[in-house]
Parts: sequence; structure tokens; C-alpha cells
Amino acid sequence: MGTTASQLAKDSLSEYQELTFLTKQEILLAHRRFTELLDRDERNHPNPRVPMEVILTLPELKSNPFKTRICQVFSTSEDKDGSLTFEDFLDLLSAFSDSATLEIKSHYAFRIFDFDDDGTLDYGDLEKLVNCLTGETEDTRLTSEEMRQLISNILDESDIDKDGTVNLSEFQHVISRSPDFVSSFKIVL
Amino acid sequence: KPQDIDEDDEREKRKAAARKGSKASRKKVSKEQSDDESEEDKGRGKKSGRAVSKKEKEDQNNDKKGNKKGKDEENKDKENKNKTTSSSFSSPPSPADSDEESLSEGEIAALKEQVEEKKKLIATLRNKPWRMKKRLLLLKEAQDFVEKFEGALGKGKGRRLYAFKVMMTKKLIKFNRDFENFKTACIPWERKIKEVESHFGSSVASYFLFLRWMYGLNLVLFGFMFGLVVLPEVLMGLPYGSIPRKTVPRDEQATAMDFSVLFDFGGYCKYSVLFYGFYNNDRSIGVLQFKLPLSYLLTSVGIFGYSLLVVIRTMARNANEGGDGGDEGEFIFSWKMFTSWDYLIGNPETADNKYASITTSFKESIVDEQENQKDENIHLRRFLRVFANFLILCSLGGSGYLIYFVVKRSQDFAKMDPKTLTWFENNEVEFVMSLLGLVCPPLFETIAELEDYHPRIALKWQLARIFALFLGNLYTFLFALFDEVNGKLEAEKSIKNATEWALHQYYANYSSFYNTTNVPPPNVAPADVIRGPCWETAVGREFVKLTVSDVQVTFLTILVGDFLRAFIVRFLNYCWCWDLEAGFPSYGEFDISGNVLGLVFNQGMIWMGAFYAPGLVGLNVLRLLTSMYYQSWAVMACNVPHERVFKASRSNNFYMGMLLLVLFLSLLPVVYSMMTLSPSFDCGPFSGQEKMYDVVIDTIQAMPAFIGNIFTYVSNPGLIMPAILLMILAIYYLNTVSKAYQQANTDLKKKMQMARDDEKNRRNNQDSTNQVMKDLEDLLPNKSLAPTPVAEEKPLDIVIDKTRTTRTKPGTAGKGVEVQKEESLSAPNPRRPVTRGPGPRGGPPGNMRSPQPEPGRGRGQGRR
Repeated sequence: MGTTASQLAKDSLSEYQELTFLTKQEILLAHRRFTELLDRDERNHPNPRVPMEVILTLPELKSNPFKTRICQVFSTSEDKDGSLTFEDFLDLLSAFSDSATLEIKSHYAFRIFDFDDDGTLDYGDLEKLVNCLTGETEDTRLTSEEMRQLISNILDESDIDKDGTVNLSEFQHVISRSPDFVSSFKIVL
Repeated sequence: KPQDIDEDDEREKRKAAARKGSKASRKKVSKEQSDDESEEDKGRGKKSGRAVSKKEKEDQNNDKKGNKKGKDEENKDKENKNKTTSSSFSSPPSPADSDEESLSEGEIAALKEQVEEKKKLIATLRNKPWRMKKRLLLLKEAQDFVEKFEGALGKGKGRRLYAFKVMMTKKLIKFNRDFENFKTACIPWERKIKEVESHFGSSVASYFLFLRWMYGLNLVLFGFMFGLVVLPEVLMGLPYGSIPRKTVPRDEQATAMDFSVLFDFGGYCKYSVLFYGFYNNDRSIGVLQFKLPLSYLLTSVGIFGYSLLVVIRTMARNANEGGDGGDEGEFIFSWKMFTSWDYLIGNPETADNKYASITTSFKESIVDEQENQKDENIHLRRFLRVFANFLILCSLGGSGYLIYFVVKRSQDFAKMDPKTLTWFENNEVEFVMSLLGLVCPPLFETIAELEDYHPRIALKWQLARIFALFLGNLYTFLFALFDEVNGKLEAEKSIKNATEWALHQYYANYSSFYNTTNVPPPNVAPADVIRGPCWETAVGREFVKLTVSDVQVTFLTILVGDFLRAFIVRFLNYCWCWDLEAGFPSYGEFDISGNVLGLVFNQGMIWMGAFYAPGLVGLNVLRLLTSMYYQSWAVMACNVPHERVFKASRSNNFYMGMLLLVLFLSLLPVVYSMMTLSPSFDCGPFSGQEKMYDVVIDTIQAMPAFIGNIFTYVSNPGLIMPAILLMILAIYYLNTVSKAYQQANTDLKKKMQMARDDEKNRRNNQDSTNQVMKDLEDLLPNKSLAPTPVAEEKPLDIVIDKTRTTRTKPGTAGKGVEVQKEESLSAPNPRRPVTRGPGPRGGPPGNMRSPQPEPGRGRGQGRR
């Protein structure tokens, strides 16, 4: 779109400001960081796409357990490889920015947690989520009994219609009460 | 001609004509419409009611027009659609032909409405969880629309004005945006804090945010103090050396410039604008007739008022942000699960700590939930807890006594010749207080091991104990100080009598000697005048010294405890027998709670001391400024992330609560001294008055009589009592209302659950009317593979049409959907209509599944 090789066109910059929660400085910074990820010959490409592996080398994402999910959620790639264009990248930063609304944040949080992309958080999703949160090492993992207990507790609390899964509105209901969510669901460059 | 048919369909639908297959669809359409409207409501808040009714009117307009005009218009319409690849509904027929025909009033209104809606769309577009491409297209489209038809609106007389207005709004929007950018660029230390944030998570950053907030508050306080008290005195008051209170006494002059004396805030510092004693008691100074004493009093009180206001406002805002704290504990597990990861963490070590802490918190809460195992020996534990509290009370009492003892001793020292005293004896009080602050918290932590509490509860106890320690120390210090003040007041009285007597003698001698009644004032150099002890300056000096020593201790602790430690651990590790980094000393952690408590108490000292030493506020601003840089450097250079992870936002209000308490407690002694103690007779702005507040009374009496009357009435107990009663009633009322709201909340939740169940049964879980859900499905990458009927039922383009039409003309929403339907019936179209009833859902599955190219989403029918 407006992304030329090295510089953002002025009108697309203002459009991006209109469409995201980012300020001008943040967009410019994002653009600089994004072009740094590109190879030299890719920069001349009109709408370059950075593969997921390269995106994940960003220090801001490196130690995030949900990094691959984040890329997949924000990617518009047709073959679902999690690669991001600059606009996808801006989408990502906008959703994780300081001033994004709770609604946007919770929406994307839900999609990140929805590992199988079926629109609800079911038992499998929650299990994967717990495993992401407790890390890879064996000693921090929960036993299967603990896992079962934990997930049934979670479903008890947040599954309002008792269909065994947490859907988006239930998720948003839970999240909107949380005092910490907005302050912790942030990524800044 | 599908267009034709759909128009007819639309019309018939309006007339409620029964037609094959349309019944189900109509129902759905209307449902969607209402759905749209509800969505709209969400977006617009209060305005919704009005907007909906307007929209209806507009629908009627469009309908009428549609009936009247017929086919040729529709052709045009079609061209229009083809031309703009974008939605057909956003550029509806009315504006197209309105160019040719003169606009009627209703049409203009409708058009205006549309333009307004487009503008609204532009403003709210960023709140939609859609892909950037889609938003970009929508934005462009809306902007084009606005561009194009905005001019057409103002035909006739109002045109110029309208164009001007439009231009101005555009400029204003741009200016606002630039201003926002500018504002964010102006927030100090944003990048620094973000850097810390990304290394240590939001909890450590919360300390720095708190520090920055404190800095802002102090800057304002400094502005008040400096602008209203210090600056007028410096500019318009008498200069140094003109009157006794502004001059260093003769016997101190020899050492007044020594560094050790100045560092102690004696000598020239003591007789400078920093302290209370310097200010003159002239009722008004300078050409402006600035009433300095009054300003001094009011500023001191105003500082408290302003701080109180700001703290409470911040607390209220924090409370709002954090949702209602009422049903805490309702979603313990879900919150742990969904919100415990701190996305800001960008450091692998922090991430590992976080994993560990999350795991423990999961395990803990599971154990908590089970909560079945009893303590084996409950008596022993109880005994230990009581014992631990006893120990802590003892140490609190001990530290209080120690401070009292030291302050008392320092008074004895003060009477001796300062040259015979050692440095330690001079600074004993500050030294002991800092030492206590350094030693006691770890001691408490050790004692708390006995109690064996849950770590979270233990942390609260620990904080409360440190708080009690600081507070106890501060108040003991104050009591000792006031003891001293009373002693000084006694001394002052005798000096005052002596001076008066000497003056009397002088007058008597002079008049008898020269035999005249016209006596000139005694010719004594200001440095030689006998003067009282000026207890206010003494108190102010204590506070300043305390603050400075506090700064020194804090900075030294960081230098030694963090930097030196990190240095040794890092470099001695190469030649040491065990792993220093992982083993015993390791790196220091950033002690958030300790630092915040330190900051809060320091602030308490500032509030208390500002009255006696106006310069203290300026010193504090400097302190905060340096500690911002110093601490952010130290934390990045030599600390490792905390293992016990604090939650940022909730503890924030906890800190604020402490700050409020400290503010209140520091208000008491100041007000006490203002109201009951009599000021020194020869120094400070209130000298010569019986009580400090006499300045206010004087001012009121100097005003016209009716204002004085008003004040008398207001201070009448007969008026104050009812006012207090009224306030109590208001509190009671608000309390009741909040309870009622809580009740209503739970009721609504129950209702929601029931409605949800009901809906589920009725629709058999085949469709969801929720707009939010649809947006979600739109974004799911493998939606075409999703096996649920929900996903098949609702192809994306229609979802989008719907949302778009919401913003333009809901009346045409049904029409748009109908278009789709007719199309898909006539020709095999990959996009499945949403309007079909749940029943006959046939169609070649290949069609349904055919994947749509991403960019084309939502733009389907434009390209048809």
C-alpha cells in the first residue's frame, strides 16, 4: 500500500494514525523497526512480507510464550505461515498499544488463546494455554490431575451458559472485570 | 435483473406482502436490523436513541424516493455501484440524482445524516477489530463520500459558511491529532520507563510511574510555593542584612560560610528564603501590595488541599479502571489464566521467573480451593503468631523509644557549645532514624518466618509493619520536636521580656538623657540584636536535614547494596570457588514495596515540612529528578527481576491509599501548630500575631462589612451542624444506592444467563446474533474449514455489508441482503446468503467451501 521502500508516504501515515491507536512517532518507529527486518532486495518490493521466524527475533516478542500465536492471529498471509506485512505489524502494535480499548484488547486476546481457531475456548485450548503459561521445563508443568482441576475451576467461573466452552462474550465479561488486563496486555517497541 | 427484483422485494417487504421464502428471511433481516441498532447503540452511547429515530425517518425518505423514481434511477444506481468498487449501499441513489435535481429539504437532511454517519465511522474505525486492509478501504471510501457530498450539501445561501465550517473542522481534527502527538512526546521519561517495563514487567515499572506521578505533583506544589511565597519575598521583600531576622548573628558569622555548617543547613542557609524565619511580617510588600503573610498561610493550606484533591481523584480513576472491586474473587482462576502473562516482558530471565510464579500461583490456588487439610498443630502455630507479633511490637516500641531518647539528647546537645560536639553527636537523630529504617524491615521479615503465613498475606503484614514503623518513628520524632518547641517557647518568652525591658530602659534613659520625647529607635546593627530561638526555623531545619539524610542513605544503599554487589558478583565470579551469580550473593532485586514506602514517607515529610521550610519543596523536586535517573540506571545496570511478582494496577491504589493516609497524618501536626501554638515574636511572616490564623481574621476584618458578616454566618455552629448532618445523609444515601446497583447487577447477570439458555434452546445453537461474534468469525483464518453450521451460514461479505449499512442506512440493510439472496439463487455463487432460513440449507458444498481471497473479504458485491 503506502509503504514505499524506505519511507512512509505522508497520506498513508495520516491514514494509519486514523486507523490505529498509535501516534505518529510510534508509527514511524514501527516502520523503521520493520524495515530493519527486511533484506535489502526485499525493501524494494511494494508490499513486503516478513516471515514469522524473523518477526520472532524481535526482543519484544522473543520471550513471549504466545509469540507464534500472535503472529498467526495478525497475519493476513494466505498460506497461514504467520508472516506479517507492515500493515499487519501495525495492527499488532495497535492492539497491544497503550491506548487501545479494552474491547479490542480482549478481542485479540481471545483469538490468541483460541489455539484451534474455532471461535471458542474449549478444553484443549485451555490446556494449551496453561502449558504456555507454565513454561517448557518439566518442573514447572502441572500434573494432569492439577490441570483437570484447574480447567474445571475456570469453566465453573467463566462459562456462564454452561456449554463446556468459553465464548467471546463470556471471555470479555470475565476480562473486563480484571484490574490487570489492560496494563499487562501491552507490547511496546 | 436482480436489481429490479430486489427493489420490488424490498417494497413488498415493506408492505408486508407474503411471498415465498421471504418470510424467514424477513424475520432474520429485522432481527439483524435490531441487532445492528443495538451495535450502533453500543458505539454511540447516549445519542443512540435520537439517532435511531432519525434513521427511521431517513428510511422513509429513501423508500418514498425509491417508489417514485423507478427503474432508470436504479440503472444509475447500478452504474454507481460498478464505478465505485466499494459498497453499493454507502453511496446510495439519493446523492447520485440529487446532483441533477434540486434537493428537497428531506433529501438534504438525509444526506447530511449520511455524511455525519460517515464521519462517525471514520472516527470510530480504529475501534473495530478488523484487518487493516478492510479498515483502509472503508476509510478511503468514507472519506471519498464525505469529500464528494459535503460540497453538495451547502447549495444556496449557506454554502460558503458550510464550506468554511467543513474546512475548519478538518483543520481542527488535524490540529487535535498533532496536539495529541505533541502531548505524548512531551511526557517525560516515557522511553526510559518503557525500557524498564520491557525488562522487568509492569510491576517494577509501576514504581517508576508512581515516581513520575509524584514528580508531577511536587512540581505543582513547588510552583505554588515558589510563585506565591518565595518569589515575592525575594523580589519585593527587604534584602539580606536589612533586618535582624535576615541577618546571621554576630557570633555565628565566623563559621557561617563553612561547608560543614552549610551542609547542616546552618549559617547562611538558616537565614535564607529556605526557612520560615526569613520572611518578614509586613502586611503587604512591594508596589503590588502583595499580602505575603496571608499568602504564606493560604499557600501552606492550599498545598494540602491540592494534594488531597489529586490523590483522591487518582484513586477514584484507578478504581474505575480496575472495574468494580465488589466481586473480587469471583474469577480468581480465570484471571490467573487469562491475564497473568505480562506481555511487556522482553527478557528471558524475567520470563522464566514469570513462568515459575505463574505455576506456583496455579498450584497455590488449587490447594487453596481444596483447602481441606487441617493444620497438624494449630496451637503451636497460634502461639508462634502471637509471639511474633509480640516481638514486633517490642521492636516497634523500642525503636520509638530510641528516637525519643535521641531527640531528647540532641536538645541537651543543642544547649552545649557546638564546637565541642562531634559530627556524630550533631547528626545523631537523622543517623538513628535512617539506621532504624534500614535494619528493621529485614528484622521483621525474619520474625515473620515464625508465623508461616501464605506469602501474599505475609507480604501485606510486612508492608503494614513497615508502615507502622515509619509512622511510629515519625510521630515520636514529632512529639519530641513539639516538646522541644514548648521549651523554646518558654525561652522565647523570657527573651522577649528581656528585649522589651531593654528597649524600655533604652527609651527611658534616652528621654531622660536628652530630655525629649522624640526618641529615635536604637541604633544597633541587625546582626547584634538579641533574638529568640525561632522554633519554626528549627523545626524546618530538622525536616530538611531528615530529608537530605534520607536521600543520602537511599543513594548510598543503592550504590553499595546494588551496584557494588553486582560489580563484585559479576567480576569476581571468574575466580571464585562457587557460582556467585547463581549462588549466595547473586544480584540484588528491585525492592518495589520498600522503595514505594520510602517515597511515600518522604512525601509525608515534605508535606509536613513545607510550612516551616518553603525551600523543602524545591529540594524534593531535585531529589525526585535525580532519583528518577539514578534509580532507572541502577535497576537496568545491576538488578535482576523480582521473584515475587506484584500486580501493577491493584497495588497502585494500595500505594495511593497509603499516600492518602500519610497525607492526612502529616496534615494533623501542621494544622495543630497553626491553630494552637503562638508564632515566634521576632521571625517569620506571623511574628507579632497571637496566633497564625489571625492573619486571615485581620484580612476579613479589613474587607467590607458585609463580607465579614458572611464569614461570621458561615462559621456559625448553627449552620455548620446542619451541613455536617446533610453530608452524613448524603453518604448514607449514596451507600444505599450503590448497594441497590450491586443488587441490580446480580439480577442482570441471572437474567443474562437465562436469556442465553433460552436463546440457545430456541435457535438450537445454529446462529449467533451477536455482532461481536461475527466480527470474530470474520477474522478466523480457517473459517471456511470450520465444520460448524454457524460458519457456513454466515459468509463474510454479508456480515460486513450489514455493519456498513448500519452506518449508512439501516433501511437498506434488508435490501442489501435480499440482493445477495436473489443473486445466489440465480447463479451459483460462492457466497452463501445469510438470509436463508435455517431449514433448507443445501447447495453444493464446494461452493460453500471455496476459499475467498483475503483482500476480497467483505467487498464481494461491489465487484459483482
